[in-house]
Amino acid sequence: MVDVQFRFRSDDAVNDPAVTVDSIGEQSNATAVRIEPGDDARELLPYLDRLALVEVNFPSWTDGRGYSSARILREAGYTGELRAVGDVVIDMLRHLQRCGFDAFAPEKALNEADAKAAFERWENVYQATAIDGRQAIWAKRHPAA
Amino acid sequence: MYKYDEYDQQMVDTRVAEFRDQVRRRIAGDLTEDQFKPLRLQNGLYLQLHAYMLRVAVPYGTLNSTQMTLLGDIADKYDRGYGHFTTRQNIQYNWIKLEDTPDILAELATVEMHAIQTSGNCIRNISSDQFAGAAEDEILDPRPYAELLRQWSSFHPEFLVLPRKFKIAVIASETDRAAMRLHDIGIKMVKNDAGEIGAQFYAGGGMGRTPMIAPLIREFVPIHQLITYAEACLRVYNRYGRRDNKYKARIKILVHELGRDEYVRQVEEEFAHLLTQPIEPPLAELERIKAHFVDPAFDAAASDELDLTDPDFRLWVERNTTPHKQPGYIIATVSLKPVGGIPGDATADQIRLMAKLAKDHSFDELRVTHAQNIVFPHVRKSDLYTVWKALDEAGLGTANLDTVGDIIACPGLDYCSLANARSIPVAQKISERFGSARKQAEIGELKLKISGCINACGHHHAGHIGILGVDKKGLENYQLLFGGSEGADTSLARIIGPGFTEDGVVDAIEKATQVYLANKQGEERFLDTYRRIGMEPFKEAIYG
Repeated sequence: MVDVQFRFRSDDAVNDPAVTVDSIGEQSNATAVRIEPGDDARELLPYLDRLALVEVNFPSWTDGRGYSSARILREAGYTGELRAVGDVVIDMLRHLQRCGFDAFAPEKALNEADAKAAFERWENVYQATAIDGRQAIWAKRHPAA
Repeated sequence: MYKYDEYDQQMVDTRVAEFRDQVRRRIAGDLTEDQFKPLRLQNGLYLQLHAYMLRVAVPYGTLNSTQMTLLGDIADKYDRGYGHFTTRQNIQYNWIKLEDTPDILAELATVEMHAIQTSGNCIRNISSDQFAGAAEDEILDPRPYAELLRQWSSFHPEFLVLPRKFKIAVIASETDRAAMRLHDIGIKMVKNDAGEIGAQFYAGGGMGRTPMIAPLIREFVPIHQLITYAEACLRVYNRYGRRDNKYKARIKILVHELGRDEYVRQVEEEFAHLLTQPIEPPLAELERIKAHFVDPAFDAAASDELDLTDPDFRLWVERNTTPHKQPGYIIATVSLKPVGGIPGDATADQIRLMAKLAKDHSFDELRVTHAQNIVFPHVRKSDLYTVWKALDEAGLGTANLDTVGDIIACPGLDYCSLANARSIPVAQKISERFGSARKQAEIGELKLKISGCINACGHHHAGHIGILGVDKKGLENYQLLFGGSEGADTSLARIIGPGFTEDGVVDAIEKATQVYLANKQGEERFLDTYRRIGMEPFKEAIYG
């Protein structure tokens, strides 16, 4: 198993083996699941209460379906660990984080200094994603609104 | 015009720093070319046949003279003294060095410009009506909505790696001058019966190898839900657009395969969900943006008279100007299509001259059109002759807007690594064949568009006459299409028969114009006559 290189959570690491999305219904004791790009994240919504870890696999970072999966889970109230695995690259770390990922397990370990710079790069953002706790620029422009 | 605040400036500056870091890692070998490619593309940097090409964004085609002047200076300093205005209302430089690009972007940032998302599988620069804020037939000014969408789409974390590129156009006039329905999403700002502003959405249009006209997907999106609805459209596409085949990855294929109704159903479902999320900017933000687009200080007493005694000036006025909503003013389009020239190219000096003229005579504003020309949106009629004289002396006075000489052409095999055939020399030959102003005036409006491969960057599907360059057993071959149109009467051109050599296609077009002139009734344009009499008479003349 690939190590988690970056984790932005204070709870204990979850290392339960993940099951596939289509088997989560039958595996009533499973607490971890892995989403592949073609999976519908909404199939997990009935089971969010018992999930402690959702891995979202990026076989290639240029397949962006996992970004929508992450937001959908966070928008539905999922608060467990959301881990990006696979082809996770430095330049997308910040965007993944904004979509709700709070753990990162890149297939190939990333340069720590470059990754740190990437996480810290965007001080402001144009969009509210409702999940990363950040105020959009428009909210800062109109504090009373 | 929109003016950056500290936040906008910071976003652009941050992007420059990020890109500088990416280039550093590429040059150091930390990034392979394969890894670097999607990153540089999101910054408009292509690797072409001979060099890097940098595409600079001109949001909804609007520029001020300071920005335009810098575009000229960059052409001198980093390119070969010219720039190329594109069909997406942007400008690109064809001879750029990788190591210079961070500095170019830094210079652009000093005048509130950038190359963000001018390429790559993300939401591209938003395009709009080049006559926005000046057109007589405008319902309202579309640019504030385009700006709102620009900010929403810039670095949108969920939509940076879509199945394929994504182009949005926003218009707000009855006349569609932006080919709105040939975009991934076309938005027409409208007012409902109660006088409320909303957005009419079209989705799934596009050119490329499978041209499609976007169907209407929603009659009226209330203005306070605009961003949320756009987000729903994009999310459905990001999740379900095809990723197995890049030629079937545009949203038009998804809409086509699902069917318009099913796509709409999914969008409405996602929309209902997203309305529960706090993602829509407050209307106060739209009002803030709108304040940047108030009318310039027009002189209500400006004379509405034009002295047309100079016959060359009269020809240019008849061909290249459009009525303005304000009496005493006029919209002037500068043709970047001189006889025998390269469509859309302008030298650094010409770019700076246009900037100067805009500063002095058009309230400091210019527009880039998707037909690769430049617009002075607000010229006082009493200044027009002075403006034209200066343009004409600089080789910018060609009176051929929307005629056979006003050709749209992609860069083709002279620059592009995807092309199968050259586009520019064909455009030049046609432009020379129909070079005389008398001939062009006789033929009138005839939109001719050339693409050097089936990706259709030259919009050949939307040409009254379209030319598609293909590779036929190692030889360049040109197919001819008739009957395309953009705008309110959008239609796709159809191929007329076997292809031609470079010279053959020029001859064929000349024959087609003869058929038109022989059959034309009243004020019919080429397209009208073609639609009335059909393809046969043309085929007979060309192949008979």
